[in-house]
Amino acid sequence: MRRVFEVFRQERKGQPLQHAGSLVAPDERFAELYAREQYGRRQESAALWLVPREAVHEIGDFPDEFDLKYRRVDGYSIKERLREARERASSAEPAAEGAEGAG
Amino acid sequence: MDTRTQEFVEYVQSGGQVEATDWMPDEYRARLIKFIEMHANSELMGVLPERDWILRAPTLQRKLALTAKIQDEVGHAQLIYRVVEDLGKPRSACLDDLVSGRSKFHNVFHYPTRTWGDVGVIAWLVDAAAIVSQKALLKCSYAPYARIMKKICWEESFHILHGRDVILTLVTGTQEQFELVQEALNRWWEPLMHFHGTPIPADDDPMLFWRIKSQANEDARQQFLDGYVPQIRELGLEIPDPALRKDEETGRWLYTEPDWERLRAVITGHGPASAERLAFRRLSRADVAWVERVVLAEAA
Repeated sequence: MRRVFEVFRQERKGQPLQHAGSLVAPDERFAELYAREQYGRRQESAALWLVPREAVHEIGDFPDEFDLKYRRVDGYSIKERLREARERASSAEPAAEGAEGAG
Repeated sequence: MDTRTQEFVEYVQSGGQVEATDWMPDEYRARLIKFIEMHANSELMGVLPERDWILRAPTLQRKLALTAKIQDEVGHAQLIYRVVEDLGKPRSACLDDLVSGRSKFHNVFHYPTRTWGDVGVIAWLVDAAAIVSQKALLKCSYAPYARIMKKICWEESFHILHGRDVILTLVTGTQEQFELVQEALNRWWEPLMHFHGTPIPADDDPMLFWRIKSQANEDARQQFLDGYVPQIRELGLEIPDPALRKDEETGRWLYTEPDWERLRAVITGHGPASAERLAFRRLSRADVAWVERVVLAEAA
């Protein structure tokens, strides 16, 4: 029997495990042997995860039918209004000084 | 070209990457398989010229380093054949096609290694030429291949350093040692100039069209010359091409046109060591068939 194992690799402790490739092995024992040989023999990995391909449950689509932008950063465009607010604030300054002088 | 293919082309041409489970046009898949399979074949065949020198390496340290390099290259073949398998061609079919001569491997692995100087030139300059191509493949539109290339490039940098170390030892040694390098360079210069392929214009290259490659053949060769001609010359070595010089105005290297007909002959299995290498690969495949049987029986 030949099973495909997906290999996830962590380069240094604290970093995320990232998909590195896959290997084919008849069982877990050989999978570990091959993974050590192919992905770890030069101390290039801090950890490996071996996941049988059939165990991977993939979700690859994230529909956004209503384009709900208010939940994201790109749903806000503040540049124009920020400029306007700044302009308003700076044109109001002399009035503020006047008020202070009057006091 | 249908709409779906058209969209796919636009996607990859704008830098998009494709995963193994994504839909892809048949032509894209076929080109990927052919290209990546040849790469895997080259890694596997590439160890044979160096293997000849394990027993003859001049010191124990060199023997160990050479063995480690060979181990790396076989490891690369394993990783790359896996990418081909996921595209739909099993490794056993790749090996069948390799030993029967139906598929190809890189031109530089069709030549014999006459002296220890050849081993140094291969590890330094052949690997340097290869790393130019492989770095460009980090941007390949097929993501699983690009990811594997990251690990491969990391290991190749040790190979280049090992090769450079061998060369530096020889050129700082006796006159005889220096000449070993010069003679090897003379032998390897043409294969090195062939390495990146014919100067096919970028617009006509289907591998660039599909963004499997991101660099035109001639650009890769120019990059290699830019990086390595000065390094070769500073050691007092002479490159066997009197026409080789850099055009200061265009920044491009000019050189004697290599014999492209010879390249074609070599990669179709008519190189000086092609037959011998394939015969050896056939022999070792038959020799180790029992291992596969035992492993599968034990795991069953």
